[in-house]
Amino acid sequence: MSSPEVHHEEGNHPGPAQYVRIAVILFAITVIEVAIYYIEPLQDVLVPMLIVFSLLKFVLVVLWFMHLRFDTRVFTWVFVSGIVLTFSVFAVVLLTFFLQGGAAPSPPGLGG
Amino acid sequence: MSATHAAHGGPEPHTSTGVDNVKMAMWTFLGSECLFFGSLISTYLLYHDKTGSGPTSADVYDIPFTSISSFVLLMSSLTMVLALSSIQQGNPRAMRIWLTATAFLGLTFVGGQIFEFTTFVEEGLTLQTSPFSSAFFVLTGFHGAHVTIGVLMLLGVVAMSSFGRLGPDSARPVEMVGLYWHFVDVVWIVIFTVVYLIP
Repeated sequence: MSSPEVHHEEGNHPGPAQYVRIAVILFAITVIEVAIYYIEPLQDVLVPMLIVFSLLKFVLVVLWFMHLRFDTRVFTWVFVSGIVLTFSVFAVVLLTFFLQGGAAPSPPGLGG
Repeated sequence: MSATHAAHGGPEPHTSTGVDNVKMAMWTFLGSECLFFGSLISTYLLYHDKTGSGPTSADVYDIPFTSISSFVLLMSSLTMVLALSSIQQGNPRAMRIWLTATAFLGLTFVGGQIFEFTTFVEEGLTLQTSPFSSAFFVLTGFHGAHVTIGVLMLLGVVAMSSFGRLGPDSARPVEMVGLYWHFVDVVWIVIFTVVYLIP
C-alpha cells in the first residue's frame, strides 16, 4: 500500500523563530479584530471582517501549530469531515426552526 | 522513514495503513469535538437574542477583559509548540519549562473565566435566567472545562518527564497533548468572534 501523501519534507519543518512569527501574526490579527469592533464607520462590514479574521487565525493555528500542513492528508480529511458535519448539523437545525416558523422556541422553564 | 514521522521526531509507525494510529485516533477525536462545540455554538446562535427580562450580551460582556484572556490563550499555543520543539531537539528541561508556562497561561485563562462568570452572576445573569444565558454558560463552561482538562494533562506530562517516565519516544505524548491544547485554542478563536465580537 502506498504511503499517504505528505506535503513537506523534514527540512521545511518550522523552528522556534517561525512559531514566534506565527504567534505575532495571531496577536496582530486579534488586535485588529478588537480595534474594528470599536470603529463606528466599520460597523456595516464588521461581521464579514470578523469572520475572515477568525478563519485566518483558525487556519494558521491548525496548519502551523497543529502541524497539519506537514502531516499526511488523511488527518486533514478526518478533521475537515468533522467541520463539514458541524456545518451540516447547523444547517439542519436552522432548516428545522425555519420550517417551524422561523424563531427558535424557548426551552421550558426559561424566559425569553 | 516517512517524512511525516521524521518531521515530528518520532519513530516510524508499523501500521498496515502507514498512518500513525495514535495520531489518527487523536484527529478523529478532535473531529468529533468539532461536532460537539459546533452544536453548542449553533445553540448559542439560535438563542442569543432570547434574553427575556434578563441582561443582554451588550449589558454584561467586557470586551477588553475577554480580549486579554484570548491573548493569553493564544500565547499558550506558542509556548505549547515551543515545548514540542524543545523535546524534538532533545531538551527535556526546556520542554518542562514551556509546558509549565503553557499550564500557567491556561490556568490564567480559566481564572479569568471564573472571574467573568462571577461578575455575570452578580449582574443577574445566571444559568437559568434566559435561553441566552443558558446557551452562553453551557458553551463557555464546556470550553473552560476542556482548558482545565488540558492543564491537568500538561502537568501530568511535566510530572512524568520529571520522574523519567516518558519513555524513549518522549515527543509523542507532548505532541498528542499539544494537538488537544491547540484545538482548545482554535475553538476559543471561534467563540471569541461569534459570541463576544459579532453583535
